[in-house]
Amino acid sequence: MPRRIFVTGLGIISGIGNNLGETLPSLLESRSGIGEIKYRREQLIDDIPVSEVKCTESDLFTLAGIPFTEGFSRTSLLGIIAAKEAWSHSGLSHSAELRTGLISATTVGGMDKCEMYYHDFLTNDQRIIYIDTYDCADSTMKIANALGIRDYLTTISTACSSSANAILLGARMIRSGFLDRVVVGGTEALTKFHLRGFNALRILDKNPCKPFDANRNGITLGEGAAYLVLESEESVKKSNKSPLCELTGWGNACEAFHQTASSPDGIGAYLAMKKALEISGSEAGEIDYINAHGTGTDNNDLSEGKAIEKVFGESIPKISSTKPFMGHTTSAAGSAEAILSILCIIHEMILPNLNFSEPMKELRFIPVTKLLRNVSINQVMSNSFGFGGNDTSLIFKRC
Amino acid sequence: MEELINKLKKEVIEQLNLEDITVDDIDPDAPLFGEGLGLDSIDALELIVLLEKNYGIKIEDPKDGKKIFYTIRTMAEYISAHKKA
Amino acid sequence: MTAYINGTGLISPQKTADISGFLNDIVQHQADYFKCIEPDYKTYLEPLTARRLSRLVKMGITTAKICLADAGCSIPDAIITGTGLGSLEDVEGILERIHDDSVPISPTPFMLSTYNTISSQIAIQLKCHGYNSTYVHRSFSFESGLMDAMMLLEEKSAANVLVGGIDEMVPNHHALIRRLGHWKMNPVDNLQLLAYKTPGAVPGEGSGHFLLSSQNNEHSYATIRGVKTFYQPESFEESKDQILNFLASSGLNPEDIDIFLTGINADTEFDPIYFRMAQDVFPEKPLAWFKHLSGEFYTATLFALWTAANILKRQEVPPVIILKYKVQKEVRNILIYNQYRNVHHSLILVGKK
Repeated sequence: MPRRIFVTGLGIISGIGNNLGETLPSLLESRSGIGEIKYRREQLIDDIPVSEVKCTESDLFTLAGIPFTEGFSRTSLLGIIAAKEAWSHSGLSHSAELRTGLISATTVGGMDKCEMYYHDFLTNDQRIIYIDTYDCADSTMKIANALGIRDYLTTISTACSSSANAILLGARMIRSGFLDRVVVGGTEALTKFHLRGFNALRILDKNPCKPFDANRNGITLGEGAAYLVLESEESVKKSNKSPLCELTGWGNACEAFHQTASSPDGIGAYLAMKKALEISGSEAGEIDYINAHGTGTDNNDLSEGKAIEKVFGESIPKISSTKPFMGHTTSAAGSAEAILSILCIIHEMILPNLNFSEPMKELRFIPVTKLLRNVSINQVMSNSFGFGGNDTSLIFKRC
Repeated sequence: MEELINKLKKEVIEQLNLEDITVDDIDPDAPLFGEGLGLDSIDALELIVLLEKNYGIKIEDPKDGKKIFYTIRTMAEYISAHKKA
Repeated sequence: MTAYINGTGLISPQKTADISGFLNDIVQHQADYFKCIEPDYKTYLEPLTARRLSRLVKMGITTAKICLADAGCSIPDAIITGTGLGSLEDVEGILERIHDDSVPISPTPFMLSTYNTISSQIAIQLKCHGYNSTYVHRSFSFESGLMDAMMLLEEKSAANVLVGGIDEMVPNHHALIRRLGHWKMNPVDNLQLLAYKTPGAVPGEGSGHFLLSSQNNEHSYATIRGVKTFYQPESFEESKDQILNFLASSGLNPEDIDIFLTGINADTEFDPIYFRMAQDVFPEKPLAWFKHLSGEFYTATLFALWTAANILKRQEVPPVIILKYKVQKEVRNILIYNQYRNVHHSLILVGKK
């Protein structure tokens, strides 16, 4: 019998709330975090809306519980806040007997500061302390140091599926017996680098994104961080806690099609979902809800939709993309949406796919558009797909 | 027009990094995408950048690219019609 | 868990792209940093594919292809890449004009700047739909990938995993990190590296791929018997315990190690850790190094793994890597120990197949 993996703690900060307690009412009231840039005006381009975390840098230091210190990127601060929340939500304490790890994901690391200070870097020593925040490991190290984790740490970057792969790796490391407990997730600050980059690919919507709509017009970027605590059964028993749910399935596959486009039939998405079902030992019919990747681009929603139809045949579960709530938080999207999926299990609800009005004629299903309450949900699938065709699916189960 | 076409061929080769292709290899009336040079959607975006950078022409909807970038000649015609004086 | 190394491919500041040789024609570098000796990519990449790839991605695809050909494997079951810094060239190009909104940004460098581009481009080239991931954690990047690959083999979700590491150096990044004091201030001669008694390392670059397999075959070089990373040890004693425990978990003791292959990089501030470890734990064991050949970079241990794999297969030790105590007998086990500024430490145990 393979080792079971339990989720025991959640932490999240995004455009719809600075913690779990603030996130839930936003979800229940269908309040989106998308709007005009207010806190990070320097990054504004062409009036494109985004989902910002509603905090200044000084607010973030306060939330992170650390005094203002030079050398912290916004990415690191967001990560520390969400990871600390997950840690305390789980009631973890340090233990010499249990091996504890941190697997964090990010796509452009501390780019938020580096893009601002790049000219300084090249010409003077004023901002020299930020040079080392450029890479992806910096935020992971700052989070590990804040939590006191030293047994194992690493950073994953697979574009928009990054934190889903952090969750997947965490699960495998527990299953293989390498770790007993692991904090997994991702963190990403909005950057001009991303805004201009995605804009160069012409996939940013000038209005809030509307996934799975016939008139969808692209992505709305967001920022945020989200972390989960995964524990082995032995570790859960030791602390005598009741887990939030079980992580039963995971699948990672590659489109091998194009650097920025998904294949028309969604082969990567299809394989990722199939593998997740196989590892979970679940039948497709047992999935009650799919939290789709649903970015709002022409390409993704069609390709993902086709793949879902192929996997689920005639009995397609309830589906929604929650990107219209907190925007597409790129590396953090996988773990943020895993948390929303888990909240659906805990609170017996299905979240709406906001901004939807007209069905895509290529697909047989339409997403859930109104919040559904009092629905019994046993198994949820959460999809996260990334540039380069890095596709990952996760399955969470009530326990 | 012929002068613009030749200039454009050079610029396209440079923007798309078509190392092994010379100006003479490009037929101004042959389709750029699909068969022909084997260009794809990212090349179309690169050509949008080229128009903005070299001619100050902004294309708002990338879907318009299909017509504009059909051949070197259609591109040249679009540029002469839209170039800022 | 044991994984067989069934193929290798390496581009480095030495002539390693040609797999017939093994460090028998050492390249001298007199420079601020050591650049790769690159093959003609036209041999490995179609012109239409190559035109839109940056140097780093070309290097990565090429070593993947060299490795697979060496292993006689057409498509692996999984592809994993470690890169500390990704495509610096593409990111810097964007950063230089990011604040000038009147200059349009080209989509290609943005696309290539994404850290997972190397893994996914290899997958696209090979049409490989299997597991695909990218690790980006400084000097744990390559080791994290190796650990993941070993787990995939153990889970039996893959029989052949292509795992690689890759990093490049570019002038601006070199200048920035030098200002932080991590690099030596003046150009050096790599063949006299230990003569510079100054703080700071000398950067290099490289791309290396390995085909790890659960099966031994005629292509096999050696086995990986274990990989471990440890972070911010509080003392030298803690690092020492980590090494002893790591060996013990493979049923070995220091006496069983035939070569202690270290990340000594001529940085007077951090090299003493290696020398002391050698003296305390592996007294009179052959002490070796490789960073005068590869330079320092976040995934530099790929050069060490390639070297160890070749030593074990050929039973031939290039004199240029030995610092102390000649190898007198058959080489059965090589321990690779690397640490970057005493923060990220890693161990790879490589054994005779």
